[in-house]
Amino acid sequence: MANALITVPKTAKRGEVIEIKTLVSHTMETGYRRTELGVPIPRDIARLFTCTYNGVEVFSAELHPAISANPYISFFTVATESGTIAFHWRGDNGFAVSSSATITVT
Amino acid sequence: MKRPRNRRAFLASAAGLAAAASLPTGVHAQATVNMLRGTEKDMLAAIARVTGSKPAQKGRVKLEVPPLVDNGNAVAISVAVDSPMTEANHVKEIHIFSERNPEPVILSMKLGPRAGRAAAATRVRLADTQTLVAIAAMSDGTFWSGSAQTVVTIAACLEDL
Repeated sequence: MANALITVPKTAKRGEVIEIKTLVSHTMETGYRRTELGVPIPRDIARLFTCTYNGVEVFSAELHPAISANPYISFFTVATESGTIAFHWRGDNGFAVSSSATITVT
Repeated sequence: MKRPRNRRAFLASAAGLAAAASLPTGVHAQATVNMLRGTEKDMLAAIARVTGSKPAQKGRVKLEVPPLVDNGNAVAISVAVDSPMTEANHVKEIHIFSERNPEPVILSMKLGPRAGRAAAATRVRLADTQTLVAIAAMSDGTFWSGSAQTVVTIAACLEDL
């Protein structure tokens, strides 16, 4: 069920600032909604997003219920060297998704 | 009875009276209203937890929110902080706060000199017409803030299943 969409440029010049766009499939149930019978729907959200560049963390974000369903986050990083940019999401009820992209830096 | 100070206080007390008048369903209705709306005080308390009660100076942080939102369930917002993003002078954290959502914190981001540019974008839920505030924590220990106002016509959080 859980899927991630990542946009990372395939190639970049050394030192170039690149934009990374991420989207993960998640309902982000706030915990504030109720069913028709008035029963509260328990919270179920992705809590933490981290991005590592060749194993070094370059960006992380704590998500809260105010983040829309299917959380989208875009940010920037400096293309330092060729390698792997990895993405991890952690959340309630054992939610865990990982994805990665390779980049060639010239 | 004490006279309500402003429109918001008046509406809150009016809702309370209406709830009292229509027990028992009214009790549930008022609880819902209280639960789904934050106040400026909640937001300022959340900001103080981040800054350690140090004052945040206005400026350097540009928070962009559409001025008029049709659907509060997915509002595209972006934040950018004016910083050279060097080892000696960079943005460490960016926090985004909401005045009227049930929880004042929306998103807390950690970044560093390797970001190259202190900017990010996301999509958020907004429960009401309100002001959003972004606080940036700099590597030199100072805090900077920026804010944006938006009018929401269809609020998030209100739909039932």
